[in-house]
Amino acid sequence: MRAFVAVMKRDLRLSVRQGADAATGLMFFIVVVALFPLAIGPDPAILGPISGGVLMVTALLAATLSFDRLFQQDFDDGTLEQLLLSPLPVEFLVLAKCLGHWLTTGLPMIILAPILGLLLNLPAVALGVMLLALGLTTVTLSLLGAIAAALTIGARRGGILVALLVLPLAVPVLIFGVGAIDAAVSMGSSRPHLLLLGAAAAVAAALAPWATAAALRQAMT
Amino acid sequence: MFHRFANPARFMAVAAMILPWMTALAAGLLLVGLYFALLASPADYQQGETVRIMYVHVPAAWMALFVYVAMAAASASFLIWRHPLADIFAQAAAPLGAAFTAAALITGSLWGKPMWGTWWVWDARLTSMLILLFLYLGYIALSQAFDNRERGARAAAVLALVGMINVPIIKFSVDWWNTLHQPASVIKMSGPAIDPSMLLPLLLMAAGMKAYFLVVVILRMRARLLSRRVQVLKLLAAET
Repeated sequence: MRAFVAVMKRDLRLSVRQGADAATGLMFFIVVVALFPLAIGPDPAILGPISGGVLMVTALLAATLSFDRLFQQDFDDGTLEQLLLSPLPVEFLVLAKCLGHWLTTGLPMIILAPILGLLLNLPAVALGVMLLALGLTTVTLSLLGAIAAALTIGARRGGILVALLVLPLAVPVLIFGVGAIDAAVSMGSSRPHLLLLGAAAAVAAALAPWATAAALRQAMT
Repeated sequence: MFHRFANPARFMAVAAMILPWMTALAAGLLLVGLYFALLASPADYQQGETVRIMYVHVPAAWMALFVYVAMAAASASFLIWRHPLADIFAQAAAPLGAAFTAAALITGSLWGKPMWGTWWVWDARLTSMLILLFLYLGYIALSQAFDNRERGARAAAVLALVGMINVPIIKFSVDWWNTLHQPASVIKMSGPAIDPSMLLPLLLMAAGMKAYFLVVVILRMRARLLSRRVQVLKLLAAET
């Protein structure tokens, strides 16, 4: 447990002290969201209904940009090898890394999302559901991203490859997330969508660490 | 049983023996199947002649899923038992699976225009097949993204297993969500809901495509093994 916390703290400290990395992802999130009213037109009647989908897709893209710093740097300077040699099981190491990743990318996006929702004219009734859906989605994304990041360690054009691998796997999460927000906007019940989203997050939390650990071990041999 | 064929030399011998017969079988089945599908089967009472698209569309969609499952099984046996031919099979099969998936999507689109009035709808079955195509493309891209071929093969094998999650979603998408695409009508508990005059060409085409897949996959595996042998021989020649 101490090792788990230590790995997570280290990642958090690294991302705070090299603040630029995490901040760039957030800037991207804001800028892309701001592009939509410019491209589609500022009519609130059009922006309101699509705002949930816009926020979700943009969060997906912003998260995808950040995955390559999950393992690649640690692999390049040899830290990853030392971490794999530590008594902490690799699966827990992966979980600690994912948690650290979520705290530095998912959580800031959730904090920013209400303001961006305001800009896009997201109906106020859907705000709570949107935050919940975004929270579950970003958790699942951090876990899925870990698999792709571990698979592409040392690959040519790693960044684009990560996007190509993560986005198809993330489609179900996207569908349920946007479904939940849409249901809330149209005063329907978003509960089934949120439950499915929660199930996806639970399955990812249970299986993704194994797959990532397998990929990390393959990358080391 | 499979470990007996884990020897590349024995595989080459068996492949050379099977290949002419399999080629003849594939050509025969596809020719007879196409004859029945295009000429000797009745037009549908609702869909008219467009129903003939089914004889390409449905077998291609079956193959798209079958190839993925075979690829994932080969990847598992490569990762677990280090089966030396499994990764060659998986990598040889991936572009074929992608082609079958693309064929299913394209023929489906051509069939959708006269029947549903639209080339494309974001229906559960169509969307999940599109994701399958992306998974195939991601697998191919990942397996070729490394300077070290072995590393690419292992990473791609892990990805193939992760992508297996999508297969049951595609298979049951038409049962779980009520959408435009019709539910399964051949493999059902109550027996096929399709007339024998249409079932026969469908099954012939399905068998023909499977035989065709085997022919091409054997050819591709052989090419990969030979090119590896050429590499080794070049290295040996350079050393002496």
